[in-house]
Amino acid sequence: MERTRAIRARGITKTFGEVVALGGVDLDVPAGHVHGLVGPNGAGKTTLLGLLLGLAVADEGDLEILGTPVGRALSVPDGVAGFVDGPGLYPTLTARQNLAAVASLRGHDAAGVDDALDQVGLADVGGDRVGGFSLGMRQRLGLAAALLTGPRLLVLDEPANGLDPAGKRHVHRVVAGLAAAGTAVIFSSHRMDDLAALCSEVTLLAGGRVVFSGPVGKLAAESGDLDYRVLTSDPERARQVAARTPGLRCVPADDRRQPDADLLLVRGPVPSLDDLVVRLVGAGVAVRELAPVVSPLESAFLALTGEDDR
Amino acid sequence: MTATTASVAVPGARPAPLGRGYRFELVKLLSQWRVRLLVLACWVAPAGFVAVVSRQGSLPTDTVFGRWMHATGWAGSLVVLAFACGWVLPLLTALVAGDAFAAEDRLGTWRHLLVTVRSPRRIFAAKALASLTVIVLLVAGLTASGIAGGLVSVGNRPLVGLDGHLLAPSDAAVTVLLAWAYVLAPTLAFAAVGLLGSVALGRSPMGLLVPALLAFVLQVAQLLPLPVPVRLALPSSGFLAWRGLFTAPAQHGPLLLGLGVDLAWAVVATALAYRLFLRRDFTDLTFDGSGRGAVVAGALPLAVLLLVSGAAVATLTPARGTGVERVDLQRSLAGAFAHLYRLQTRQLGRPAVTEAQLRSTASCDKGGSRVLDAGPGNDWRCVVTWHLPGAGAAVGTALYQLDVAADGRYVADGDGPKEVNGYFSVRTPDGDAPNPLWQLDGTVDLLASTPKG
Repeated sequence: MERTRAIRARGITKTFGEVVALGGVDLDVPAGHVHGLVGPNGAGKTTLLGLLLGLAVADEGDLEILGTPVGRALSVPDGVAGFVDGPGLYPTLTARQNLAAVASLRGHDAAGVDDALDQVGLADVGGDRVGGFSLGMRQRLGLAAALLTGPRLLVLDEPANGLDPAGKRHVHRVVAGLAAAGTAVIFSSHRMDDLAALCSEVTLLAGGRVVFSGPVGKLAAESGDLDYRVLTSDPERARQVAARTPGLRCVPADDRRQPDADLLLVRGPVPSLDDLVVRLVGAGVAVRELAPVVSPLESAFLALTGEDDR
Repeated sequence: MTATTASVAVPGARPAPLGRGYRFELVKLLSQWRVRLLVLACWVAPAGFVAVVSRQGSLPTDTVFGRWMHATGWAGSLVVLAFACGWVLPLLTALVAGDAFAAEDRLGTWRHLLVTVRSPRRIFAAKALASLTVIVLLVAGLTASGIAGGLVSVGNRPLVGLDGHLLAPSDAAVTVLLAWAYVLAPTLAFAAVGLLGSVALGRSPMGLLVPALLAFVLQVAQLLPLPVPVRLALPSSGFLAWRGLFTAPAQHGPLLLGLGVDLAWAVVATALAYRLFLRRDFTDLTFDGSGRGAVVAGALPLAVLLLVSGAAVATLTPARGTGVERVDLQRSLAGAFAHLYRLQTRQLGRPAVTEAQLRSTASCDKGGSRVLDAGPGNDWRCVVTWHLPGAGAAVGTALYQLDVAADGRYVADGDGPKEVNGYFSVRTPDGDAPNPLWQLDGTVDLLASTPKG
């Protein structure tokens, strides 16, 4: 099955004075895919999303959006919608007025406003001024504004910021629904659980360069050996058993990561961890808790961006 | 699953139509409490002010036309106009145009707006037009409210012009409306400066204050005895030039120059704002377009415009010095006296006279023999002479102390004889009425003549 490509970027470079925001970035996002963009602050995520929305043009490289080469600012095709740096809403207008303005400016019928509000769970506050909205409600309203134009590429910058669990569920549902209908979605996030829940692929940026791009599962595999917290009935004995377990090593106590003195911190591959559990049980030590200190995705993020201080 | 580049390209970006962008900007402006309050104030406050003041015994005689507020409803609107030209109109432009672009910086909505409209040019045009619309709405409110307040409180009666000639109610109506329409030109110039400040200074509140600060500086400058070319090259000259509509003949020179200068300021300041706006990089989240470069790029060309305007006025007109010359002052005072003498004659029920019969003249001196008879000051002393109708070669004389302002406006205070200008009121068949010759307003055309050797 062939899938059309919503984004094709090759060698994208963007500088601001002396600062290289993006240095030769390649990116491919097929239609119907949800693509995550992660990276530490200043990695170039917002700059890249800004280019995709047409807010600027790359200094070098080729960018095609929905099959159209983009050569100048604000020339991206009509099927692109989204936001960077917050959803851009007017606090003195009501939610409905904000959306109606977007619909009007983009040449769409205002009839879709109520449906968009409904999709993000804000139908009952459509007549309220946005000035009284929480951050999460604004994020959802920003998403509703993007939905109005029936986008084929949705670009979202930190859409999960400030969302409560219900709001997050709305956003996830909308994004998943759009992808199922063939819309490509690219969004940046600091939250690995969002990436794991929504994305089929992810691109990791650091210092304006791509340090990883591919399926989420593959990123998790980049995490290497993880640190695990082990809580047992006999910490001292458990430490002795762990020290004798092949492939596993105890991580020195660290007040920051191991606030509880009874906790044992070990590092190693999953088979060695299985071996440890068997040995602990054999030694009569009960295992009360066993969990990674950070998630595999987070660990991969830290490892690949060089921010892992282990 | 294989990814391939889409074979069918979708259409390129279509910028939002200007009309829709304009409507959106208008909705945004009118949704702000500040603007709503301004609209309400402009449509209600002048009527209340005129109604209250017109009923009081003490009138604002230091403001042009203030002394006539008991006599005609049209004077109230002109008092509002004179007051508005000082502070209100620059302040309105500051609050509307001065915030047009800065508001987006404060709200962080530029990127959203650009992605939605997809044309910085149309965003600029829509914002400028919407600001202009609101400003015109506010000025229309000041006009209508002041007129309504005056007509309801005092009535539709003849208006005494700034040279003492009487305007019939219909002429007064046309001239008052024309004066309000005229001050749209300097208002436009200040609005353009507001747009420029808003673009150049980003989210800084200084952008909002630029028109008000400019008005303050120019007000101070107008108080100084500046050379006429410099005075008339200031964008605030139009806020004073409208007075020339209320003389017969109208003072066309200052009126046309004020119009030209103000339109030049409006065009140049708007063009500078447009240029700065289009140069802005909206992808840099930390940069709001402000900075020393932007300020210099905005202020320097306006300083050059001021110099060029001054040079043009100096070249195109014979004006030199302060423009307040003895000959012009004498001519103005004699004319105003004759017009008002007729009015007094009518009030007293005496036989009608004409200005031609009166053949009034004035002789003025400033500060005694050691002071040059030119320039503003409160040390002008004039003797007005006129032929008494039906009395052969007999002439009457009256003394006046004049306080002449640097902008050419003067107040002549009667200093005798008491039968002519000595009392505040005159006894008419209908009771006591204000004596039009006791104290009178006038204005010197600063472009009327050249100074004598």
